[in-house]
Amino acid sequence: MAAAESLLRVAEEDGITRIEFVDRNILDEANIQQIGEEITRLVDETPQPKVLISFQNVDHLSSAALGTLITINNKIRSKDGQLRLANIDPRIYEVFVITKLNRLFQIHDSEDQALASFT
Amino acid sequence: MGAPQERSAGGTVTQAGPPTSTYLSMTQRSPQARFDHRLVLGSSRRGIQRAQRSLISAAQQRGYDHASCFALRLALEEALTNAILHGNRNNPRKKVTVRYRVDSGRVVIEIEDQGEGFDPQAVPDPTRPENVEIPAGRGIVLMRAYMTEVEFTAPGNRVRMTYVRPTVRG
Repeated sequence: MAAAESLLRVAEEDGITRIEFVDRNILDEANIQQIGEEITRLVDETPQPKVLISFQNVDHLSSAALGTLITINNKIRSKDGQLRLANIDPRIYEVFVITKLNRLFQIHDSEDQALASFT
Repeated sequence: MGAPQERSAGGTVTQAGPPTSTYLSMTQRSPQARFDHRLVLGSSRRGIQRAQRSLISAAQQRGYDHASCFALRLALEEALTNAILHGNRNNPRKKVTVRYRVDSGRVVIEIEDQGEGFDPQAVPDPTRPENVEIPAGRGIVLMRAYMTEVEFTAPGNRVRMTYVRPTVRG
């Protein structure tokens, strides 16, 4: 099957799925949809998913991307899993604060802190 | 993480989601503003990117810094996404008109779609606890947080956003 090129870098270690975005901008609707589908597939494959999403390379995002993250979070929680976000640029973090999503997501300064927070 | 709470990107304290029915208001008529750029876009992603490049390039030429360009780009993204998705309902025959003016002290952007409009007051506040898990409705919250002023004109198919440059804010 000729799949579109992945927009994610994914690594599995100690039962934790670590995800990084390839693009710096998470704005484009089509890209966001593909990112959502790719992550959903990963979550579907795992009985009790533990997912860490790193925002290391991200310098723009939009409300559409926030919507996808919420959907992913709901899905992971419905499977009794855990989602952590890490390495968010202060300007991007402000978008989470304005939308009060910093209260919904577990956000950590570094990936190490996020990894240590899984139970 | 020590990020600011409910603070607009420009430094003005804003209500990121006032929990009242006056959360968004709409005027009957906006005063005329003079614009020096006008783009007519199809309902496509390419149009959004074209408008962003045009606006950001004009802002950079006027010396707007990275934080200002971040704010302008995000607000334009959200307003155009709303216009194409909710206004024109992705109809390829419908257009979105973007007018803007970049001065040294302020940027004024007006976006008009060919949809039926909407009542901004009827949009549920996505920052309220009972709505926080709903994956939609955050675009207008971001526009209002990052712009100095956001004004919808009845019937709601036109929005004007004003961004006052932080250094010249009185």
